[in-house]
Formats: sequence, structure tokens, C-alpha cells
Amino acid sequence: MKEQPARSAPLLFTLLAVPPLAWLLLLFAAPLAVIWGYSFGENRTLIDIAITGSWANYARALKPLYLAILLKSLLFAGITTAICFIVGLPVALSIAFAGPRARLALLVAIMLPFWTNLLIRTYALMAILRTEGQINSLAGALWGTVAVPLGAGPFEPLPLINNNFAVLVGLVYVHLPFMVLPLYAALDRLDRSLIEASLDLGAGHLATLWRVVVPLALPGIVSGIIITFIPALGAYLAPDLLGGTNSQMIANIIERQFRSANDWPFGAALSFLLMYLTFIALAVQALAQRRSAAREAQG
Amino acid sequence: MKGDAIICFDGVTKRYGKVLAVDNVSLEVREGEFFALLGPSGCGKTTLLRMLAGFEVPSEGRILIDGQDVTAVPPNRRPVNMVFQNYAVFPHMSVADNVGYGLKVDGVGAAERAARVAEALALVKLDNFGDRRPDQLSGGQRQRVALARALVKRPRVLLLDEPLSALDAKLREAMRTELCQLQAKVGITFVMVTHDQDEALALADRCAVMQRGLLQQVASPSDLYEFPASRFVADFIGSVNLLEGRLVVDEPDHAEIAVAGIAEPLFLDHGVTGAAGTSLWVALRPEKIELHKYDPASPAPPHPGDAPPGRNVVAGTIRHVAYLGSESLYEVELGDGQRLKALRSNLTRWDQEDFALGEAVWLAWHACSPAVLLT
Repeated sequence: MKEQPARSAPLLFTLLAVPPLAWLLLLFAAPLAVIWGYSFGENRTLIDIAITGSWANYARALKPLYLAILLKSLLFAGITTAICFIVGLPVALSIAFAGPRARLALLVAIMLPFWTNLLIRTYALMAILRTEGQINSLAGALWGTVAVPLGAGPFEPLPLINNNFAVLVGLVYVHLPFMVLPLYAALDRLDRSLIEASLDLGAGHLATLWRVVVPLALPGIVSGIIITFIPALGAYLAPDLLGGTNSQMIANIIERQFRSANDWPFGAALSFLLMYLTFIALAVQALAQRRSAAREAQG
Repeated sequence: MKGDAIICFDGVTKRYGKVLAVDNVSLEVREGEFFALLGPSGCGKTTLLRMLAGFEVPSEGRILIDGQDVTAVPPNRRPVNMVFQNYAVFPHMSVADNVGYGLKVDGVGAAERAARVAEALALVKLDNFGDRRPDQLSGGQRQRVALARALVKRPRVLLLDEPLSALDAKLREAMRTELCQLQAKVGITFVMVTHDQDEALALADRCAVMQRGLLQQVASPSDLYEFPASRFVADFIGSVNLLEGRLVVDEPDHAEIAVAGIAEPLFLDHGVTGAAGTSLWVALRPEKIELHKYDPASPAPPHPGDAPPGRNVVAGTIRHVAYLGSESLYEVELGDGQRLKALRSNLTRWDQEDFALGEAVWLAWHACSPAVLLT
């Protein structure tokens, strides 16, 4: 039924499809192809790159120095995803089970950060976390009124910024909506009578969550995890602005190749290494989805 | 003990904001009976059932099960189990896992669980279906899974929310009989919600009729039908001719009610409590009205059994005939234009043409047939 308009007016359909296709080819596929080509090239002069078909850039990217950063990025993205899931599931549950008006307000609250520039939000986090920031001054004031009279020493500002902790705070803050929204969508689709049936049959709320809600929301959970993990893996601003000297993630290394190091071929190889990982993650999801779809279609 | 009250609603009221869904309902359900909550949609019957299951908390009043106040007890700790309208079979579990779910969360061991699941599946005639997945089952089979899943817990009360509404007509009839047999076999109290009066009359030992949150009448199906308490109940259960009238004679052994459009007052073979002149309603079921040929040569009306000559009889013209197979429904227009419905069984295969459209007929009924309604 959906193909009907395309079939009845093929010319119009083609005409409508051309501009976006051209856009994608010109501004997405072509630059990507160029960068992919660079990843097999080497610098000749300062601005001239020869595509030699060598794997040298990939070999260099897999050296322990860079591999360690890649693994660390994977670890950070993994921790971020895990925290987002643990925090996001109750949030998504409470939105899905809120009344219609409260639900709208909560959804807007979740999406509100998207309407503010990421750079500005990250700077705001810097302001909050820095040594003289809001958290430290509040903690200092509390320390001064409670601990000092009890004989404690002067307040030592908490090390909240320029370290891995700050990077994780930033990553979780930025990526939480990416987890909450697909989880909410999955939970919203869930047939409420299944939850009631579980309660009716004697299961408590936790057992119902574990045995009924989570298994049935699994496709949403998987997309939430992937949609959070992929951008977190390539995060640039949080480690750059909030991290210390050893909180660099792979995106910061890539950026350095393209700018200060002016080594585009190596930067391209690092970028595509990240892309391959992303593709693998997506392939795993597609496979899982096809398997669950096949199971559903058995009837 | 069978016959004792097992469920007691004590002045239960449920409000949603300003909307009164259930209005001060007090009701007892007896142990071992098949009880139906009957009413049009939005009458509060489902809310009442959901409060019994524990999904809704009454705004006022108490609910007792076995004499214990369960008003604040969560659904997972109540001795009742529910068969949901859409069955709510867990789609990610096999039939056996569905049925065994309630036992598993109760910590029943695997061996006992398997035995009880097999027993429950046999009870609903789904032996050998344990390994199937819900999407491989028909609607009727899914309902049986839902029944087995609830019964395996051996609840004190089984709750059924519109149990037959999603089945097609033939299956519905078969399932009616089966539900009755099942209830007799397990001996558990059944409480069913339905908007379908046929379903309630056919299945239930007793019915509660509700309207706009209020309990209208609680009675056996035959009492509801033959002795309705109000115009609403008379009209809701089955088909009825409702005539507005005025009490003119009220003696202990008979009463007479004047009805506009019928020359002689209606004659009843029992007294009515009320002063002469009281206005009231008479409910006359279509199948209790006899049709007789109108003979212009001898206009003397047929003798209507136990009423004095000339009473409980009125002339009219057939304006509509609905042939229903087993019976035919005639709409007869009286002299003043009002219409009465009369139902006649098609006892033989060739007399259906006997009373034709446009034909003049006598309508007659026995003195015991009309039900007098004060509200």
C-alpha cells in the first residue's frame, strides 16, 4: 500500500528523490570516500597526499600507544553506556507510567538539552566542576560550618575536573537522552495488561521488571545501548574540555592528526578504525533483530 | 463453606477526579457461585473488578475477601487471580512457562511446578501444548492458557474480564458451556464482568446489574428477567414493552392500571403497593404477548386466560415483522399510534406466513405477565 504513490507516479517520485540523493552523494559519500582513500596514503609535502595503497597507517594505528587509547575509549564508552542504562531505565519507566500531562513535561525536559549548543553545555559543566566551581564552593561552605568547628583541617577542593571522572560525568550527561528516549519508546509500547498479569500472578515489582518488562523491552534496550555507545565512543568535546592530560579519547587523537600534526592519512586510518568498530556494533544489532523477528514470524 | 460470603464490598466508592466511577456499592459474593457484574460500558463494573484484583484502590469503603480487609493489599498478595480481556499471555514465554509463571515467582519447586502445570493444562484441554509459543495459538487457545495460568494458583476467587467478548459466535457458545463445567469441576468462586446480558444470564448463578456507578439490582438471572427492580433493569435485560400507567384499582388479590391507548385498564392478578392514582410503569415482555386473528365478523376478543372478559386485550395492526428463524418478532401499532412488540415461536415449518404485514390482530396477555415498576 505504501508504495502506491511511487508506482502511480514514477517520474514525480524520481524527481523528488534526486535532490536528497545528490546531497547524500556529494556531501556524505564523497568526502567519506576521500578520507577512506587518504587512510591508504602518505604525506608527500605539507599539503599533498599520495594514495599509495599502503596499510602503514593502519599498522601504526594498532601500535600499543594508540591501541591503548582506543581500548580506553571503548572502556569509557562502555562505562558511560552502563551508567546511562542504570540511570535511564528508571527515568524511562517513570515517564512511561506518568499521566499524559506529566509525561509531556518530562519528555520535553529530557529533550531540552538538545536545544542548547553542546559546547556551551560542556563549558557550563566546566564552570560547575572546576576548583572554584559551584560544587566545590558549596562543599567548602558546608565543610567550613560543619567540619572545621569539629577540629578538621581547612577545606581541600575536590578534584572534580581535568580527570577521567570529569570526562565520565560529561559523557553521561550528554548521552543520557540517547538512552532514555528509545527505552521510553519501548516501554510505552508495552501492553500494560502484561504487567498487571504478572502482578496478579504474585510477582512483585522487581520480579515483574526483570521477568516481563525487560525481556519485552529488549529491542528498545539494545537500540538504546547502541545509540548511546557509538557517539560516546567518538566523543570529542568532553575529554577535550573536561579531561586531563591522560583522559584523551580516540577522537582527540584523530583531531590532533588532522590539525596540529597535519598527518591526514594517519588521522583517516584512525577514523576508519572507529568506523569499522561502529559497523561491527550495528551488524551485531541487526543480527539480533533479525533473529528476534524470525522468532516472532514463526507462528 | 459453600454459600457463605467470600467477597464483601462495603460501601465502595471510586472517583477519578470528579468522575464517580463506582458509587457506594455494597455487595456480597457467595462461596462457590458464578457471579456476574453486568451493565453497559462505563457503568463501573470493570472498575469494581479491578478493585477486587487490587489494580485500583477504592476512594472510600472496604473490600473483604474471606472476612479479611484487603482494601490496601497489593495485587500480588491477594488470593484472587484474573483472566484478562485480551488474555495478557506473556508473548516471550512458552505456554508451560506462562502457566507456571505464578508458581515460579511463588518459589514452587520445579518438579511440583511441572506436575501442576500439566494438571492445569489438562483441565483446559491443552495437553501437549506446553512447548508452543503464544503466537502459535488461536484466540480461544490463548484464553485457555490464561485460564490455566490463573487456576494453577488455586485462587479463592477467579476474576474474568469480558471472557467471551473476543471470541467468534460459535466458539463463544461452546466456551460458555465449558466455563460452566470448569467452574463446577474446580469449585472456585468465579466473578465475571460482562456487558452481554445473554452471557450473564446463561453463565451466572447471580448477577449484579450496574448503571452509572450504581448497583441497580442483584438477583438470579430469572429474577432479573421476570422481576426487574427498575425500568433500567427491565430494559437492559432482554427486550421489553414499557407502558406508563396509573393505578386505578388496588385490591390484595388484584390490581388495575389504566394505560393510555388501551381502552380497558390492565388487569393484574396480584396487588400493588401504592395509592390509587399513583403513576407507575408496566413491563410486558414480547414473548408473553399472544397474537390472535382479528375477525371482523365476530369482534369478540379471545379470552385472555385468567383476566375478566375484555381485559388484557387490545387490537392493532402489524407494522413490522422480523423473522428470526426460531421465532418472529412482530411490531403491532395500536389505535393511538404506539407500538408493542410481540414474539411468537415458529413452532411449525409452514405457519410463518400466518400473520402478515398490515394484518389486523388482537394482542392478549395473562394477568400474571406484566411486571409493575415504581421507578
